[in-house]
Amino acid sequence: MSFFDSLDKYSDNVAIIQKETEQINYKNLLEQADEIGNQTPARALVFMLCSNTIESVAAYLGFLRAKSVPVLINHIINKELLLNLLDVYKPEYIYLPKTHARLCESFSLVASYGKYSLLKTSCNIDYSIHENVAQLLMTSGTTGSPKLVKQTYRNISSNASSIAKYLNIKCDDRPITTMPMSYSYGLSILNSHFIRGAAIILTEATVMDRVFWELARTNNASTFGGVPYIYEILKKLRFGNMEINSLKYLTQAGGRLSVNLVSEFADICSEKGIAFYVMYGQTEATARMSYLPYECIKEKQGSIGVAIPDGNLMLMDSNQNLILDEHVVGQLIYEGENVSMGYAENRFDLKLGDKNNGKLYTGDLAKRDADGYYYIAGRMKRFVKVYGNRVNLDELEGLIRSAGYNCACTGSDDNLKIYITQSQDEEQIESHIMKYTGINRAGFSFVAIGNIPRNSSGKIQYSLLN
Amino acid sequence: MNNTEKYNQVFIESFSISVNQLNDDLEYNTIASWDSIGHMGMIAAIEEIFDIMLDTDDIIDFSSYKKGLEILVKYEVEV
Repeated sequence: MSFFDSLDKYSDNVAIIQKETEQINYKNLLEQADEIGNQTPARALVFMLCSNTIESVAAYLGFLRAKSVPVLINHIINKELLLNLLDVYKPEYIYLPKTHARLCESFSLVASYGKYSLLKTSCNIDYSIHENVAQLLMTSGTTGSPKLVKQTYRNISSNASSIAKYLNIKCDDRPITTMPMSYSYGLSILNSHFIRGAAIILTEATVMDRVFWELARTNNASTFGGVPYIYEILKKLRFGNMEINSLKYLTQAGGRLSVNLVSEFADICSEKGIAFYVMYGQTEATARMSYLPYECIKEKQGSIGVAIPDGNLMLMDSNQNLILDEHVVGQLIYEGENVSMGYAENRFDLKLGDKNNGKLYTGDLAKRDADGYYYIAGRMKRFVKVYGNRVNLDELEGLIRSAGYNCACTGSDDNLKIYITQSQDEEQIESHIMKYTGINRAGFSFVAIGNIPRNSSGKIQYSLLN
Repeated sequence: MNNTEKYNQVFIESFSISVNQLNDDLEYNTIASWDSIGHMGMIAAIEEIFDIMLDTDDIIDFSSYKKGLEILVKYEVEV
C-alpha cells in the first residue's frame, strides 16, 4: 500500500494552510481528494495543470488514490507546448484552472471544483498504462520536449519516506511552498511531509512577494526549499537580517549552488539556529538521491553529501568498472527504490516495463573523498540548468534551427549563450524561443559571430565558443 | 542621460519592453518578463546605475514602475 492510501490515520491533523490562516485537516483534504479522484476510472491518463492551491493538491492525491495516472504540468505552460503534449499523449481527462478552459473548448465538463474543472477529452483511447506507473513528470518544463518520466507507486512512497527520515520530518513541521508542485523537488516537499502528517502552507506567492513572508510568519513556517536562483534572491533580500524564528531547516537542490553562497548560507543559518541541507537529485530518481548532513556543511563544502537512506551511490569509469579509489572522477550511479521506470516519449511507451531496474546512470560526473562524500565534477550530456529547469542544449539548437536560423547553444547554469551568425535575427529568434519554450528571458543571451566553428566532420566545436 | 532616462532604460532592458509600455499601470507580474527573476535583475540594475543599495522592504515594495519612482526619492535619487 502506498502512503497516500493510508493518510486517513492523520484525520485530525492540519494538512493544508492557505489564504492567510485557513486550515484544512487531512479528513477534509481526503474527502475532497476522493470526490475528484473518483470521477476518473482507474488507469485513465489525466493531464493536470498544477498550481500550489488546494484544488490542485487535493486532485493530485485523489488521482493517485483512484489509481488514475496524472501527468503533472505547470499551469503556466505555453499553449503550443500543451497542445503538442495533448496530441502526443491523448489523455482521457484534463484537470485545469477554469481560466484556462478556453484552451479546450471542445472537451466536455465532468465536474467542477473551486477554481478548477475536470474535462473529458474527445481522444480515442488506443493505449494502456503499465500497472506500476503512478504518475508522469516532465524532465524539463522548458524546451517543449514531450519526454516524461514514469514514476511508480513504490518510487513515490520510498523517496518520501527516505526524505522524511534524513530530514527528521515531524507532524508539527510546516513547510511553505516556493516551487511548483509539478516540479519534482517541489512535489517531494509535499509528499515527504504528507507521509508524516504535517501541514503544508500552500501559496503561489514567491519569496519576492510580501505575502509570502507574511504567510510564513503568521503560520510559523518551519522550512522551505530552493533552487540556486532562490538563494540568489534570498541573498539579495538580505535573508540574514530577516527574522522568522519558526524556521528549523532549509534545503537546496535543483542545481549546483556556488561555493560562496553555500558558505554564506551555512554561516547565516548556523547563526540563526537553522539547519541548512544541500541536496542532489533528479526527476529520474523521483526527486532525491543524496544530501549533505548540515553539521558537515563547512567541512565538506561543495559536496552533495552521501546517499539518502536506503539508497546507494557509486562511481563508474568509461569501461563500466566501479571506481574504488578516492578523488577519481567517473559517472555517478545511483541505486534505490526511488529509481523511476524510465521515460515515455509518447502514449505507447506508457505500457512498457521497467528500463532502469533500480539503477540510474545519472549522466553527472563526480568524485568521492576519503570519508565517502561525493562531489559533482561536471556533466556528460549537453544541458544547463536555467533557474532550476533543465534545458537540453541540443534540443534548443534544433528548435531554433527548425525556424530557419543558424545557431549554436552553449553556456553555463543560468547563463545560456546562443551564438548566431546574423545579429538582425535576434528578435525573431527570441520571440520563437519565448513562444515555444518556457525558458526565462533573463537566463539567456545572444552572441553574434561570423560563423559557427565546425570540425571536418561538421560537428560544432563548442570549446572554441567559450 | 538624466535620471529619468536611466530609470526608463533599466526597465526597457530588464524586461525587454518598449518605451511606450512605461506607464503607471506597469506592475510586477503583469508582463511575463517581470517575474521574480526579472525583478531581481531589474533591482540589481537600479542599484548599479544609481549607485545605491536598497533595503529588503524596498526591494519587495518596488512592485510597479510608479512605486519605484517613489522609493528612489528615499535614496536621494531625483527622477
